Amino acid sequence: MASAFVSFTGVGKSSLVHLLCQNQVLGNPSWTVGCSVDVRVHDYKEGTPEEKTYYIELWDIGGSVGSASSVKSTRAVFYNSVNGIILVHDLTNKKSSQNLYRWSLEALNRDLVPTGVLVTNGDYDREQFADNQIPLLVIGTKLDQIHESKRHEVLTRTAFLAEDFNAEEINLDCTNPRYLAAGSSNAVKLSRFFDKIPGFPDRKRFGGAALKNLHYD
Amino acid sequence: MSFLIDSSIMITSQVRQYVVQVIFSVTFAFSCTMFELIIFEILGVLNSSSRYFHWKMNLCVILLILVFMVPFYIGYFIVSNIRLWILSIEQLISRVGVIGVTLMALLSGFGAVNCPYTYMSYFLRNVTDTDILALERRLLQTIDMIISKKKRAKENSSVEIVPYKYLAISESKLTRDLTLIQQEVDALEELSRQLFLETADLYATKATINIVFDRVGKTDPVTRGIEITVNYLGIQFDVKFWSQHISFILVGIIIITSIRGLLITLTKFFYAISSSKSSNVIVLLLAQIMGMYFVSSVLLIRMSMPLEYRTIITEVLGELQFNFYHHWFDVIFLVSALSSILFLYLAHKQAPEKHMAP
Repeated sequence: MASAFVSFTGVGKSSLVHLLCQNQVLGNPSWTVGCSVDVRVHDYKEGTPEEKTYYIELWDIGGSVGSASSVKSTRAVFYNSVNGIILVHDLTNKKSSQNLYRWSLEALNRDLVPTGVLVTNGDYDREQFADNQIPLLVIGTKLDQIHESKRHEVLTRTAFLAEDFNAEEINLDCTNPRYLAAGSSNAVKLSRFFDKIPGFPDRKRFGGAALKNLHYD
Repeated sequence: MSFLIDSSIMITSQVRQYVVQVIFSVTFAFSCTMFELIIFEILGVLNSSSRYFHWKMNLCVILLILVFMVPFYIGYFIVSNIRLWILSIEQLISRVGVIGVTLMALLSGFGAVNCPYTYMSYFLRNVTDTDILALERRLLQTIDMIISKKKRAKENSSVEIVPYKYLAISESKLTRDLTLIQQEVDALEELSRQLFLETADLYATKATINIVFDRVGKTDPVTRGIEITVNYLGIQFDVKFWSQHISFILVGIIIITSIRGLLITLTKFFYAISSSKSSNVIVLLLAQIMGMYFVSSVLLIRMSMPLEYRTIITEVLGELQFNFYHHWFDVIFLVSALSSILFLYLAHKQAPEKHMAP
C-alpha cells in the first residue's frame, strides 16, 4: 500500500524518504520532478505474536501549492491510491507549515475534479477533517538548524499544528539517522502511524519466514 | 505577475546566505524602478529635475552593484569554495552594455522564434481527455514498475546475510543483479519524470485551447487595434495624444514580456543546474545577468520611444554611441533567431511522433 508525502518544495522530503527506506543519509539531494517512489520494510504489530513484515511504498510528491493548475491536475493522479498521508514541513520556515493545510486538502480531495482553485480562507476548518479515514502524520525537518533558544517556541507551534490535524508529530534532521534509531520515541510514533494504515491483513506479505530477521547497516 | 513573485521567491529562498538574497532582491528592485522611471517619463509624472535625479541615482546604484558588488561576491564565494580597476562611468556603461545587449539579443531571438512555434504546436495538437488519461495510466504503470523493482532489490539485498555456504548463490551474482536492478530503476525514474512533464504539458495546452476558443465571440486586441487606426486616420490633430498612449502601451508590453521571458528562462536554467553547494554563486550570476539585461534594455527601449522622451535617457547616459548598440543588437538577434530556427527544426525532426496521440 502507499503513503504519500506532500509539502512545500525544498523542505527535505526526498532526504526523509531516503532515510526511511535506505537507512542512510541522502548525499546529493536534487529537486524532485513529479513523483519519486521508494519502498520501506515495515513490521506490522511489532513485538506481538501477530507480527508480520510488509512493504510500504512511500511516494514523494514534489511541487509547490501555488503551481499552475496543469501541474496540480497532473499531481492529482498520484493521490488516487494513498492510504496514509505524511505532511512534511520545514522547521526553519514558518510558511511551509502554514501551507500544510492546503496540501492536506489537495491530497484528500483527490476525488473531486482538480480545478486548481481552493475555496478557503486559509484557516483550519474542522469540518473538512471530520470524516477523514486516512491517517495523517506531521514531520518537521531541519531540526538541527533551529537554535537552542528558539527551539521551545518552534516546538510549541508545531505541536498545535499537529493537534489541528489530529495527527502525531515527529521533528527530526534528515541528515542524522539517530533520530529514527530503533527504540527511540520517533521510531515508535512512526511504527504506530504505519500500523494505522488500513488494509494490512489482506496485502501481499514480504518474503517468507526465513527472511524475517533483517538487519540494517 | 504572480509568476514574477513566485519565481523570485523560489530563487531567493533556495539560498542560505542572507547577503545573496539581499543582492538579488535589490538588483531586481532597482531594475524594475528603472522601467518605472521610463513609464513616468512618458506619463509626465513628477518634476523633470527630480526624474533626472532619480535616473542618475538609480543608474549609479545599479552600476555599482553590477560592476563591483556582484562580481566581488561571486569571486568571494568561488574562492571560499575552492580563492580593481577604476574606470570612468562611460567605459563601465559601454562594457555592461555590450555584454547585456548580446545576452538580450540572444534571449529575444530565441523567444521570438520559440513563441510562435509553441503556439503553433498548441493549435496543431488535438488534445482530448482520453489522451491525458492514457498518459496518466502510463505514468502510474511506470511508477508501479519502479516499486516492484525496488522491492526485488530489497529482497535480493536481504538474502546476502544468510551464510552462503548453505545456498548456491554466489556473492558476485547478487551484486551484479543489484547493479542491474539499480540501472533499470534509474532509467524508469527518468521515464516517469518525462511522462509527468508531458502530462503537465497536455493539461496546459488543453487549458490554453479552452481560453483561446472561448474568446472568439468577444472583441480581441486585433479588432480594437484596427478601430484605433481608423480613428487615428480620421482625427489628424490627435497625433500627440495617441502617440503618447501607444508608446506607453508598447513600452509596457515590451517591458512585461521581456521580464517574464527572462524570469522563465532564468528559472528553468536555475532548476537545471542548481545544487546545494553552488547555489550562492548561481544566484549571484543570475542577479548579474538580470541586472545587465535590464540596463541594456533601457538602452534599447530608447529605440522605440518617440523623440521627446529620448532626451532624458540621452542626457543621463551621456555621449554613447547608441547606433552601435542598435546595430550590434540587430546582428546578434538575427544570428540567434536563425540558429534557434535551425535548432527547433532539428529537434522537431528528431521526434515527430511526440505530437501524435499516444
